[in-house]
Amino acid sequence: MTATMRQPPSACPACAAAPAAETLADRAAPENAQIVLSLPTIHCSACISKIEKALEGHPDVRSARVNLTLKRASIEAEPQVSAADMVAFVEGLGYEAHELDAGALSATATDKAGRDLLMRLAVAGFASMNVMLLSVSVWSGAEAATRDMFHWISAAIALPAIAFSGQPFFRNAWAALKNRQLNMDVPITLAIVLAIVTSLWETALSGKHAYFDAAIALTFFLLAGRYLDHRTRAIARSAAEELTALEVPRAMRLRADGTEEEINVADLAVGDLIRVRPGGRMPVDGEITEGTSEIDRSLLTGETLPVFAAEGQTVSAGEVNLTGPLTIRATAVGQDTSLHQMADLVAIAESGRSRYTSLADSAAKLYAPGVHILSALAFVGWYLYTFDMRTALNIAAAVLIITCPCALGLAVPAVTTAASGRLFRKGMLIKHATALERLAQVDTVVFDKTGTLTAGTPELTNLDRLDRQELELALALAQGSSHPLSQAITRAAREAGVAAARVTRITEVPGYGTRGEFEGQEVRLGRASWVGAAGLSQTAAFLKLGDARPVALTFADRLREGAQEAVEALMAAGKDVYLMSGDTTGAVEDLARRLGIRHWLAEALPADKAARVQALAEEGAYVLMVGDGLNDTAALAAAHVSISPASALDAARVASDIVLLGGDLSPIASACATARAATRRIRENFRIATVYNIIAVPLAIAGLATPLIAALAMSASSITVSLNALRLRGKA
Amino acid sequence: MNILAYLIPISLILGGLGLAFFVWTVRTNQYDDPEGDARRILRDDYDDHPKP
Repeated sequence: MTATMRQPPSACPACAAAPAAETLADRAAPENAQIVLSLPTIHCSACISKIEKALEGHPDVRSARVNLTLKRASIEAEPQVSAADMVAFVEGLGYEAHELDAGALSATATDKAGRDLLMRLAVAGFASMNVMLLSVSVWSGAEAATRDMFHWISAAIALPAIAFSGQPFFRNAWAALKNRQLNMDVPITLAIVLAIVTSLWETALSGKHAYFDAAIALTFFLLAGRYLDHRTRAIARSAAEELTALEVPRAMRLRADGTEEEINVADLAVGDLIRVRPGGRMPVDGEITEGTSEIDRSLLTGETLPVFAAEGQTVSAGEVNLTGPLTIRATAVGQDTSLHQMADLVAIAESGRSRYTSLADSAAKLYAPGVHILSALAFVGWYLYTFDMRTALNIAAAVLIITCPCALGLAVPAVTTAASGRLFRKGMLIKHATALERLAQVDTVVFDKTGTLTAGTPELTNLDRLDRQELELALALAQGSSHPLSQAITRAAREAGVAAARVTRITEVPGYGTRGEFEGQEVRLGRASWVGAAGLSQTAAFLKLGDARPVALTFADRLREGAQEAVEALMAAGKDVYLMSGDTTGAVEDLARRLGIRHWLAEALPADKAARVQALAEEGAYVLMVGDGLNDTAALAAAHVSISPASALDAARVASDIVLLGGDLSPIASACATARAATRRIRENFRIATVYNIIAVPLAIAGLATPLIAALAMSASSITVSLNALRLRGKA
Repeated sequence: MNILAYLIPISLILGGLGLAFFVWTVRTNQYDDPEGDARRILRDDYDDHPKP
């Protein structure tokens, strides 16, 4: 895709509306398909050219461009091409790919606020360079008329530049003052304005010291901090939006005449009949009116075992239909569904969460009043001493400029940018601004089981106890089914090199199993009751050939990649690890033993989990909750800090502070270490800034500060702080 | 010292050119994929047909 020129901001709204109308008209016309894919695994230039070359070699693709920073590909293709085709095509190249809703992403593509900040930063940088150059000649001894001229030129550059670049600070400060509060922006604005006023006054009286350079440099450094901060958040926001864009909320509604129509979930009403295909997620709460199937409730309850579903049974939004098509009548839609009722629980849990004040906020709280008092005292003291308004004001301005939180403004954003960047490369997305600081304090980790520590896909465990013929039969019956247990059998049998037996007349009986005919005898693979076997305590399917005794195939949930490492590393780091699940006691105990987790809790309801997390917090523990399901959302919100995998439900991702982008859990332990290092750096930065202030403030109060000293102190502290933050990037 | 009357405007104009250039790079989306662009420039795939 070409780098499209942006419409220049126009002065008249009508001019801006005309092109907008054009784009609307363009959109209506049948045009090329714009497809955006998320490619989470690309990492190198070879990946870029491989994907781009392959896509451009595809007959239906007009152009393709891979963005490595965002790990996305934008494809322009013939209208008949669907995103699913492209996903399959790219996956064929060996890269994970997901479709993204292009509409939901357009907001992040043109990051207006970011451009705005960058533009202001550029103007401030340009102006400060020029003013500094002029100041150098003043410092090196320009006299009389020359000095005045340089001061006037500096003023001519600095005033419009500050008026343009300083707007974010002025606006924030005004908003804070209107609410009768003090924030970092109030001393900043005061310092800038006071510096400009005294400098203009001094220049008019052809005085020696003008602080135009300090005022503009201050704006520049602070804007740099703001921009870094904004960028970090914008990246996190766009990645979070990307996860939401992955879920396209559509449903199939049955019309009165029995035909289907695809509509948005938001448009469903109570009483609508909805068709849910195998593999689809229930869009609303409802009652089954037609069909039998099995449903996977693991995201809601944590149970791994699929549940039988038949006519008359109620289902909840978020459950996944596994085997047969179902028709459900909606009983609750939108805000009334059980999915949304969970939101109330989350709200309650969140209100109970200790209100965390970030390091920057607590620094600002100490700092802002301190600076004002110091500068006011300097003003009053010097006024009483000399009864000269000009000297007193000059010194007060010098104190404000020298103490101004230049380094403080950079201290936090520089560190969070470096740390978030490092964690992002490891596959972790920091969604919340203070999540890193909170993660650093964690001493207790609570894991959910299904979907978090385990992958949520079963694995055949008694392969070696089955004979060849049984496996061949099982494979023959299982390979056509999309049921997770069948897929596990197919996977295991294929890996063992088994070929399917010649079973004929295979039919899947939704909700029960699969049957077929083998050498004149009936074979069945399915639930215990349907096959005529006694049920087992663990997940199992049964195979029965003719009148022979049914054979059990047992399954266990597969561990998620890195789960073992993550748990071990966290324990080695001296953290308490808990396991909480809504699954049965046997399954939870088994997993806890496999991973060596001593504390576990089974059959926990969502409220139990949240209550347990809150109880831990009341005992003084800082809890990190890792979970993916709807039943975890309340606990995720109640915990001090929370992580959810990208595969989690949207509700769980929203409730958590950090999202794990890959399937691997192992970065969790190292993320805690990175977070601790980052917090240490932030504190170090505050200390560095304070040391500079301790040296420079007495000079300013004593009236010895010159614009040169102010410029040196400001640049030196900002640069030290940024370099200190960058050390975080280098360490592996 | 009269030379300043020329030098200062010249330096401002040159600096302004730099600023205008930067504004142009922002407007033409050249900061959308810094990581990808940094790697693309090292590959000779597009030497003959620059990627639009």
